[in-house]
Amino acid sequence: MTPKISLLAAAWLVLKKDWQIEWRTRARLTALIFFSGATLLLFSFAMGPDVTSLRAHAHGYLWLGLLFASVLSLGESFRIESENQALTGLVLTPVEPRAIFIGKVLGNASMLFVLSLVLLPITVGLYDVTLTRVPHLLLLVLFLGVLGISAPGTVYSAISANARARDVMLPLLLFPVLVPLLLAAASATKLTFQPDPQDQLGSWLKLLIAFDLIYLSVGFLVFPKIAEED
Amino acid sequence: MPASIPLLLLLALAVMVVVHIAVPKTRTILWKLSAALGAVMLGLLMYLGMFYAPPEAFMSNVGRILYVHVPYIWMAFIAFLMNVGCAFGYLMKKSWVTDALAESSAEVGVLFGAVGVAMGSIWARPTWGVWWDWDPRLISTTVMLLSYVGYLALRSFTEDPERRATWSAAVGILSGVSLPITYYSVRWWNSLHQVQSSTASVDKTMGSVLLWGLATLLFFLFPFIVKRYEIARARQTAAMELPPLEAPRPEAA
Repeated sequence: MTPKISLLAAAWLVLKKDWQIEWRTRARLTALIFFSGATLLLFSFAMGPDVTSLRAHAHGYLWLGLLFASVLSLGESFRIESENQALTGLVLTPVEPRAIFIGKVLGNASMLFVLSLVLLPITVGLYDVTLTRVPHLLLLVLFLGVLGISAPGTVYSAISANARARDVMLPLLLFPVLVPLLLAAASATKLTFQPDPQDQLGSWLKLLIAFDLIYLSVGFLVFPKIAEED
Repeated sequence: MPASIPLLLLLALAVMVVVHIAVPKTRTILWKLSAALGAVMLGLLMYLGMFYAPPEAFMSNVGRILYVHVPYIWMAFIAFLMNVGCAFGYLMKKSWVTDALAESSAEVGVLFGAVGVAMGSIWARPTWGVWWDWDPRLISTTVMLLSYVGYLALRSFTEDPERRATWSAAVGILSGVSLPITYYSVRWWNSLHQVQSSTASVDKTMGSVLLWGLATLLFFLFPFIVKRYEIARARQTAAMELPPLEAPRPEAA
């Protein structure tokens, strides 16, 4: 069957649908903000009141907060589709399943990106970091990082939404794959918070872009098969 | 020992694998033969590694773990590559054979990889002074192993065989991305771990012993994968023959 609308137009519709669902309740974003805000607060309790040490590791706490929140966010993004067999309905529409993948990845990434923007002032408040050194690069790192979490995350959440013990399954599958991304994103964020005397930010950004491209293409390749099985 | 001896053994194993696939009748014997030969070769490997090969130039006798550590990790790579191949195969054309082979190779790969990492850790203690170091090669190898542990967990948590096969094929491909990262990690980043060891990167005598180690473990890898594959096939058949969980209730009179 030939798709009636183009891939990107269909992806845009899926994205708009996800945004609309979120906008009507704003429940997911609110929960995510409180959850990751509490995580950041807990890190400062666990590490003790030493401001110098907290500032030195703020980039790591920020990304761990985002990573933990992403598991909740990704899990929810396909849970809403499993109610009333909504995903089956979506797959049955005359659009490419790949459009669903692109729409979902962008939906998840935009949600996490908004979350990261909210977390930035909290990071300043709790860990006293400087955001104004290279703000445009910081935003780029955050965007590439959340896109990298969403690309494999969307594939894994589509799988785990229907698996037994889905709350355990998603982090179990996702966290090992995200280790290179976490390393690159945290290191790049550190170099936007602190001076970068050896000019290493570029190489971490390249790693982030490579990670995003690899997982976006692999997800693009395998997602239709998963959607079929759902 | 000339390097041609382990090479000839490798050729013999390749013939055995081909015959095993092509002639079903030989399937009950060949894996046993391979395991028996492997056991004999393992005994010889102990001798060759401990006494025949010269001590390593910098690490002295500690370096002798190379003859088992490196082949174990290679076996894990071979098994995981097989898993990725089967995953692609399954997604292109659904087949229970590729699914069972994928399951078998992932589990055997995790086993061999875990032993290889444990050996690396034992080696690191006297050489680096620590059991574990946060080094790119070690991190990437652990990530690779963990992603296949996740793969196996997904398989055991999914009951529907067809869903399990498709999902795990997708996860297998995503996990496969970690293979080149692990392999090239010592070249891409400044790693404490030395670059890849091969028969060309070490002394001739050491190279032939390393090749012997590789051949020995391949003789074990073959029966491991074959037996685990047979178990996976038997489980698939059993799952297909099971009656539905809930029998239809008789109508109330």
